[in-house]
Amino acid sequence: MKIIRRSVSGTLESSDIMFQLESSQDGKNHIELDSSVEKQFGDSIRSTINQTLSNFNITNADVSAVDKGALECIIVARLKAAIYHSVSEEDRENKAFKS
Amino acid sequence: MNKIKNFEAFNPDNIENKIESYITHRIENNKIVGSLEEAIKKSGLKDGMTISFHHHFRNGDHIINNVLKTLDRMGYKDLYLASSSLNVCHEPLIEYIKSGVITQIDTSGLRGPLADAISHGIMENPVIFRSHGGRAAAIESGELKIDVAFLGAPSCDPLGNANGYSRDDERANDVICGSLGYAKIDAEFAKKTIILTNHIVSYPNIPFGIPESQVDYIVEVSDIGDPGGIMSGATRFTTNPKELLIALSASKVITNSGLFRDGFSIQFGSGGASLAVAQFLRQPMIDRNYRARFALGGISGSIVDLHEEGLIEKLLDVQSFDLKAANSLKNNRFHQQISSTYYASPMNLGAAVNQLDIVVLSALEVDVNFNVNVLTGADGIIRGAIGGHQDTAAGARLAIVVVPLLRGRIPCVVEKVNTVVTPGKCVDVLVTDYGIAVNPARKKIIKTMKENHIKLIDIKELQNIAITMTGKPKAIEYKEKVVGVVTYRDGSKIDEIHQVVD
Amino acid sequence: MTKLRRTMLFVPGNNTSMVVNAGIYPVDSLMFDLEDSVSLDQKDNVRFVLHEALKTINYQNKELIVRINSLSNGMGQTDLDYLIPLGKVAIRLPKTDSSQDIIDCESYIEKIEKRCGMKVGTTKMMAAIESANGVLNAYSIAHASKRLIGIALGAEDLVTDLHTRRSPGGLELSFARSMILMAARSAGISAIDTVFSDLNDMEGFRSEVEMIKQLGFDGKSIINPRQIETIVEIFSPTEKEIIAALEIVDVMKEAAKMGKGVVSLHGKMVDKPIIERAKRVLETAKVTGQLARIEDEYYE
Repeated sequence: MKIIRRSVSGTLESSDIMFQLESSQDGKNHIELDSSVEKQFGDSIRSTINQTLSNFNITNADVSAVDKGALECIIVARLKAAIYHSVSEEDRENKAFKS
Repeated sequence: MNKIKNFEAFNPDNIENKIESYITHRIENNKIVGSLEEAIKKSGLKDGMTISFHHHFRNGDHIINNVLKTLDRMGYKDLYLASSSLNVCHEPLIEYIKSGVITQIDTSGLRGPLADAISHGIMENPVIFRSHGGRAAAIESGELKIDVAFLGAPSCDPLGNANGYSRDDERANDVICGSLGYAKIDAEFAKKTIILTNHIVSYPNIPFGIPESQVDYIVEVSDIGDPGGIMSGATRFTTNPKELLIALSASKVITNSGLFRDGFSIQFGSGGASLAVAQFLRQPMIDRNYRARFALGGISGSIVDLHEEGLIEKLLDVQSFDLKAANSLKNNRFHQQISSTYYASPMNLGAAVNQLDIVVLSALEVDVNFNVNVLTGADGIIRGAIGGHQDTAAGARLAIVVVPLLRGRIPCVVEKVNTVVTPGKCVDVLVTDYGIAVNPARKKIIKTMKENHIKLIDIKELQNIAITMTGKPKAIEYKEKVVGVVTYRDGSKIDEIHQVVD
Repeated sequence: MTKLRRTMLFVPGNNTSMVVNAGIYPVDSLMFDLEDSVSLDQKDNVRFVLHEALKTINYQNKELIVRINSLSNGMGQTDLDYLIPLGKVAIRLPKTDSSQDIIDCESYIEKIEKRCGMKVGTTKMMAAIESANGVLNAYSIAHASKRLIGIALGAEDLVTDLHTRRSPGGLELSFARSMILMAARSAGISAIDTVFSDLNDMEGFRSEVEMIKQLGFDGKSIINPRQIETIVEIFSPTEKEIIAALEIVDVMKEAAKMGKGVVSLHGKMVDKPIIERAKRVLETAKVTGQLARIEDEYYE
């Protein structure tokens, strides 16, 4: 799938994560993470983001995230929502969203 | 055997001429000096000596920063700073550490940028952390020798009777702190005691927290602290549903513990959930016609309410957390301020903590062996204080720790705590929002809980639930350097805090 | 024995902290909301939040219900597409005006269940009465599907439809409450009362709970865990009632042994309705754990 527009999802509340997603200039994925639990979970969060992007076959995402201690299921949900709003109508039918 | 001592003969020339003193009142020979600088000079303070402070002004304290500013200006170096605790507002100390004015810190806790800096290794010597009882014992035994104590007081008369409020001079109550419990032992044992006050009141300033016989110099300053910082944040009745759930659960443990009876005694730690427990005990106390004989510790408004309602007979106050508590100390006959020795010294068999039936404590994290960490965060950085945690857990018949299973994504029930502050051996029950775990060594408590149909969970299962929800956190990386030594109340070393890698 | 549904906690879907922690509260059911508490631009987002949370989080054996959006504009269908395959939730319709709403929803759910290879009928449903039509059609709504587990009252929208507003004592809701209750009993499903939104008026809340208990309701929707204790207290049989029920059951057992058909206790005849009520009290007491406690105390 291709990121075709910018989208935002999530909030800055405790236990949530806010994503800003847009298409990257160089056709590669980039992640910028500001997390309140960087030391303990920073690597794990980046890995989750990469895995999710890979599940959707996305290679042109500029991901910017502000995390306030969201659990993994919330990170996946917020990212999926951002992706959903960044791709075409057709791509939204993809099974990966419901898996 | 000649047991008669040799006495010198009485000489009337040795006493003051009363005719002259009839005109000039003796009270003019008082302890007030013109400035802080003068008091410091008179005290004989030298480089390398130990200075002490109390933390009754909490995060509104202006004493420590101002005194250090003056000491720096006067060129002092290599001082040992022994404060009963330190707070976020003490950030300016970072400069004095860097410039060598302070080379050793002895405290119950550290917070904010100062704590962060120390966690990142700005001090050569590790900070010594002590509990309130441990500090009292160290001072009494001479292990911690205080050369000059700088004690802030909202009211003080010219001879040095100092107090945390004034019963008859309302002007002195603009910056109020209530109990001066942690200052008392400093005044008693320091070689020289300097009182810094913003209100000189008329003699005698009774009731007093510190008697004039222990005071050497008095300095009148315009600013001892910020009332908002002194009395803010300590007590609000929480409306957070999670904290209320934990508090309700803890109150059920208490009412079914077998220790809940007419004449019981209790201490509530600070923290939303532990304070809320007081609210949940109120109705059962009324229903069963039980009164608590006394409440101990840091006293807050919700405890005062129960006292004024007649549900708690007496209050033993080592620290007044809010305005209501300070005013209660001022006005209520059976609300007494006590020293840290009286409260919690391990050298004192009669210490109040040893008379305690129940204590409800909070924590940063607890491990599967019931060890408690109240000093360092999940990121390894110092952000708390021992306070009376070790003392009350050791002394009380039933020590309950209340903690949410998770704080955001941080698990609070873990396999091993970052820093052991209170040993698991002293902790009886852990109450979380996901269940209640009793220390397996407490067979009697387990039996009593089961008989009363209180559902229990294995602490290892709690830890498992936590880790399943959050995922396994990466281990914190530390450097070799020791930045903090955590003492147990008997003066032994229970743990070390290392510098964090960043 | 119908499941206890004394407390149904509303969890707004966009509050991730609440969604993740809701399992700690001692409620009978959790109701995750995709409808009124979620703004239009957040519906997709919250759908993902609930989908992921319900997949991974352990809600400690509570009944899980999701209030979906209306099926009239396609949103409800998308909600169902994401939620049904999880096999974990019951569906609460946003507003049920007639039995056709139930039938339409059921048919869509069935399609999904078949597509996923789930046993048809797995997913339960709950109706929500929020309009005059809904009230008048309560009977046919309650009987419209075997999947229905309950019928709930949504007072805010209803009083607007009735051209009035809510008042303490709820005079304006008396007919609606009675209709919903009759319909529920006729169909053998739960009757759930509407939310009480003033958290500071605990006295008013208590009065309302006592009233609906007396009417015969099974429980109430709540918006904050602070409201749990009052409901549980009022909906739990008292110790006296439990002991009386035990006595009745004992006496019936004795009578059956001796071949007697009719029995009297304390000078009153113990007939069928009394026995039914006693059995219901004991079933409830068993679930709340009160029975175990009393048996311990009185039957050494």
